[in-house]
Amino acid sequence: MLLQIENLHARIETKDILKGVNLSIQSGEIHALMGPNGSGKSTLANVLMGHPSYTVTAGRVLFEGKDILEEDPEKRAALGMFLAFQYPVEVPGVTVGKFLKRSVENLRGAEGSLNVNKFIEELRALMDTMGMDRSFINRYLNEGFSGGEKKRMEILQMLLFRPKLAILDETDSGLDIDALRVVAQGVNRLRGDRFSSLIITHYQRILDYIQPDKVHIMMDGRIVLSGGAELVRELEARGYDWIREEVRV
Amino acid sequence: MSETVTVDIGEYKYGFAFPDRSVFKTRKGLDEEIVRTISQMKNEPEWMLQYRLRGLEAFRRKPMPNWGADLSDIHFDEIYYYAKPTEDRKERWEELPEEIRATYDRIGIPEAERKFLAGVGAQYDSEIVYHNIRADLEQKGVIFCAPEDAVRDYPELVRKYFGTVIPFNDNKFASLNTAVWSGGSFIYVPPGVRVEIPLQAYFRINLESFGQFERTLIIADEGSFVHYIEGCTAPIYSRNSLHSAVVEILALKGARVRYTTIQNWSNNVYNLVTKRAVAYEEAAVEWVDGNIGSKRTMKYPAVYLMGPKAHGEVLSIAFAGKGQEQDTGGKIVHTASDTSSIITSKSISKDGGIASYRGLIKVYPNLTGIKSHVVCDALLLDPQSKTNTYPYIEIESEDVSMEHEARVSRISEEQLFYLRSRGLSESEASLMIVNGFLDPLVKQLPLEYAVELNRLIELEMEGSVG
Repeated sequence: MLLQIENLHARIETKDILKGVNLSIQSGEIHALMGPNGSGKSTLANVLMGHPSYTVTAGRVLFEGKDILEEDPEKRAALGMFLAFQYPVEVPGVTVGKFLKRSVENLRGAEGSLNVNKFIEELRALMDTMGMDRSFINRYLNEGFSGGEKKRMEILQMLLFRPKLAILDETDSGLDIDALRVVAQGVNRLRGDRFSSLIITHYQRILDYIQPDKVHIMMDGRIVLSGGAELVRELEARGYDWIREEVRV
Repeated sequence: MSETVTVDIGEYKYGFAFPDRSVFKTRKGLDEEIVRTISQMKNEPEWMLQYRLRGLEAFRRKPMPNWGADLSDIHFDEIYYYAKPTEDRKERWEELPEEIRATYDRIGIPEAERKFLAGVGAQYDSEIVYHNIRADLEQKGVIFCAPEDAVRDYPELVRKYFGTVIPFNDNKFASLNTAVWSGGSFIYVPPGVRVEIPLQAYFRINLESFGQFERTLIIADEGSFVHYIEGCTAPIYSRNSLHSAVVEILALKGARVRYTTIQNWSNNVYNLVTKRAVAYEEAAVEWVDGNIGSKRTMKYPAVYLMGPKAHGEVLSIAFAGKGQEQDTGGKIVHTASDTSSIITSKSISKDGGIASYRGLIKVYPNLTGIKSHVVCDALLLDPQSKTNTYPYIEIESEDVSMEHEARVSRISEEQLFYLRSRGLSESEASLMIVNGFLDPLVKQLPLEYAVELNRLIELEMEGSVG
């Protein structure tokens, strides 16, 4: 098992948000996590990556069998976890090239002492596939980027870092159809035995391009329903209310 | 930020000291006899002695500034005002006493001179102990020497300009400097001569409870160019020292002067400096003022724009760490039409440090075509630290384009989390954000000094988070 979330409870300040999440992802699987606004999806993403604002009050998160809840975010990244942010922050004065180089050096560890030319070559090739202008290498990270450009930058990082688990936190929201397709292609490119993804989304739209192995519905801090890809179509047709009825939350 | 921030004073790389081996030192405190002794030591002409005494009188009369940094812990009677480290100046590093030479080696001055400087003056306590300038510049008529030597060798130039930009009674600390000045630089660049490689002076305090009062006068004649760089460090002592320099620059018609400071005093030095330039028609003066060290700094480099199309610029970088107060900024006075100015200030406060921007843009009446742009950005690294902005604007003309922007930002938890989720440690992430904040300014420094400044910031940041 790549990721095993057991009875996870978490809060921000005094507000309980996650109230017993259970979820397991096998290596090679793509899972979709859906649910209405405020159900705790983004909180789960942030807690998995170790955001310091959240406090875990109960439960365990095992990554490749080891509990990671005490680990710093940078350690989790080094273990192979990646979060594509819903709202990537701007870091003025830090160029995309410098940032990516330092990240890759940290994440790839010993083999991280990069040959700069090779790195730039690799980066450029990935940018081409993402439909990003190469001049982005010299721009300040996310500063002045459009919403779509920020999301592409997140996926570019995913392709560059090649994580074992990529958590995509509403990467599809606010994207036009072209950008959506590029993002989906990015995920599909990595798809294979050694890559898993947890795709958090409001809409079924992105799932037209990425076929999930499993679909989970989250409500009020818990996973209330899990199923296969057919669940997406059912949600599309009937909305969330019938689930609410069914599980009485 | 959640974690407590600490700074290890041992990070300061230049805190070492050698024993007092001065060949002559005045007793503690300041009076007329001490001023006369200093003048005598230098075999000065009577007019300079008289000028010093006027400075002393003004110093006694003038009140301490009641604004700006807290100066209540300066005790003028507890300071040594003059210490002569060697009998004479040398033009070869090898000829300096062992310890003095070791000092500059550790700071890296001889190496810098070999690599990228056209001339170097090195001051140790009160005197310039080493001075050298490349022969080709000397042949072009460029003068770069200790100001004492200029008083002796170029009296007409010195008498014409000395004290004309910053008079003896300008402010309490300029008056003090006038009374006891010793060391510094004198530079004259003849018309049309461009000194493409920088000249540098390095100021080192070795003694405890010491006052260093160097005096610099730069005259860039018509159409000339010079870039002058100064650096400074001192040992870490429990007692306070005082550094009060006066720097006067004259950029004559069409000349350009760039003056770069990397101030890295130890945290027991009061750094109270008056720097002012006059720029005549089509001349340009740029102050690049980096303040990393010291206990308290009060320094506002000024440019008086005296003729049409003159340009003045101040780039100020301040880092205020634990126990430090950096009260810095810039002043531009537009006295002629079609003049322009830019002040860019970036400050970082950390561990309870206070960084204040204090600036003045003044425009005289009945002028046209005035442009001025002021930007001050402050970055706070923790909730204990502070920043203040005091932008004074006095405009008495109509045709003025004046822009002023001020921003305060904090390193946000979101930025740190984002970078950490990409594998960067918390300290590397903080440093990256700080470097990014400074990047637009650091880019404007000569490469070697950009590297040096980045390194100093790195030292200040090291081990400070997490």
